[in-house]
Amino acid sequence: MSTDELPEHPDWLWSSPEPKRSYDVVIVGGGGHGLATAYYLAKNHGITNIAVLEKGWLAGGNMARNTTIIRSNYLWDESAGIYEHSLKLWEGLEEDLGYPILFSQRGVLNLAHSMQDVRESVRRVNANRLNGVDAEWLGPEEVKEVCPIVNVSPDVRYPVLGATYQPRAGIAKHDYVAWGFARAAAAMGVDLIEHCEVTGIDVVDGRVRAVQTTRGRIAAGKVALCAAGHSSVVGRMAGVELPVQSHPLQALVSELLEPVHPTVVMSNAVHVYVSQAHKGELVMGAGIDAYNSYRQRGAFHIIEQQMAAALELFPIFARAHVLRTWGGVVDVSPDASPVVGLTPVDDLYVNCGWGTGGFKATPGVGWCYAHTIAHGEPHPLNAAFSLERFTTGALVDEHGAAAVAH
Amino acid sequence: MLLIPCPWCGPRDEAEFHYGGQAHVVYPDNPAALSDTEWARYLFFRDNPKGPFAERWSHVAGCRRWFNVVRDTATNEIHAVYRVGETGPVNA
Repeated sequence: MSTDELPEHPDWLWSSPEPKRSYDVVIVGGGGHGLATAYYLAKNHGITNIAVLEKGWLAGGNMARNTTIIRSNYLWDESAGIYEHSLKLWEGLEEDLGYPILFSQRGVLNLAHSMQDVRESVRRVNANRLNGVDAEWLGPEEVKEVCPIVNVSPDVRYPVLGATYQPRAGIAKHDYVAWGFARAAAAMGVDLIEHCEVTGIDVVDGRVRAVQTTRGRIAAGKVALCAAGHSSVVGRMAGVELPVQSHPLQALVSELLEPVHPTVVMSNAVHVYVSQAHKGELVMGAGIDAYNSYRQRGAFHIIEQQMAAALELFPIFARAHVLRTWGGVVDVSPDASPVVGLTPVDDLYVNCGWGTGGFKATPGVGWCYAHTIAHGEPHPLNAAFSLERFTTGALVDEHGAAAVAH
Repeated sequence: MLLIPCPWCGPRDEAEFHYGGQAHVVYPDNPAALSDTEWARYLFFRDNPKGPFAERWSHVAGCRRWFNVVRDTATNEIHAVYRVGETGPVNA
């Protein structure tokens, strides 16, 4: 068939304009966080002269590669604040964006396999409740009621001693989330510019002035970094060092199966997290590959360990087949909490360090980061996640609740 | 999986090794004399280049010795391996 016989292309969800010579705000990175930030800048703050610059295709980085788990059951008040704000936004997001995102609040179980896990988990449940986050501690039999396919036999290497349960947690269709934000932002006048890599950041007298890109120089009143795994690379262009390390993080899916898995199960100790996507694939994530890398792939032995862990927890998966594996590059911070706020350069803002868990924060961080950019000072919910905390020592240690080995 | 040439044992699978992060991070001569900013930098900030990176590995399932590797983090290609105390390639 020759191309002149093809039907017209259906309408695009967003336009693809040529970049203008200048914008009030340039957002570096067109993933979920960048798109959500643009959306809330336009919607909440009336700032629409915005460009979102994406070096590849829109939402083709970690937004396309994560395991879509959404929850807010973190330990510390600061984390509960921003993650719970995000979860509340998720609960109204489909209506807000006017776009289906298949948000499914099927709950999450975070399994405990040792007495230390149990103590930490019970503590976290209590902390969650004090912060208004729904959380319960379940014994092994209750775990089995919520998710009948979990093996709670005591006769395994790492027996399930119980789990924390957050019923309001769940999953969403990550691509639809990105498209929903992109469509709504574009409709309010935001320019979404793909295949436009930032190659330099112009700083004059301590103030950001412009970005250099593969599609020319673009002047900017403010520049907001949203580059996830490449945050160190773009930060350095402005002379800003960030306390993050980039690692591959792998995930995989099985072939399509009948619905067998009603919830989300995460295990910190055996390094796997599993849900079943709407169309039937089992979606499983691993721990990070140990070494620093910007390659969007990892080593197979990580997948093997992940499969071994999954099989012990879910014997029913023994006959399932791995369909696809892939990797993304995640920026891991020292305290497993993000950095969202100001930088030493005026009018340059940073959002990074979400490590293995940025997807769940998409609307919440977009909301808070947009406020930070619009007002030139942090929103109360991201004030604790400043770059200065590594100097003051006020870390927000979420290694326990991050639930992914790193 | 990376194939890592241990300077004592030769090339072995990555699974035999433990990663140690950035190489040549020197403990401060007088930690008490550092400002909070300098201490933060020593404690929490490490290079994270996209390109050649000097890093430490330990051959935990072999000779159990630490050594240094220069690996390109954009390609995972290993450019050099050298023992602790030896000088690595310039600009590594």
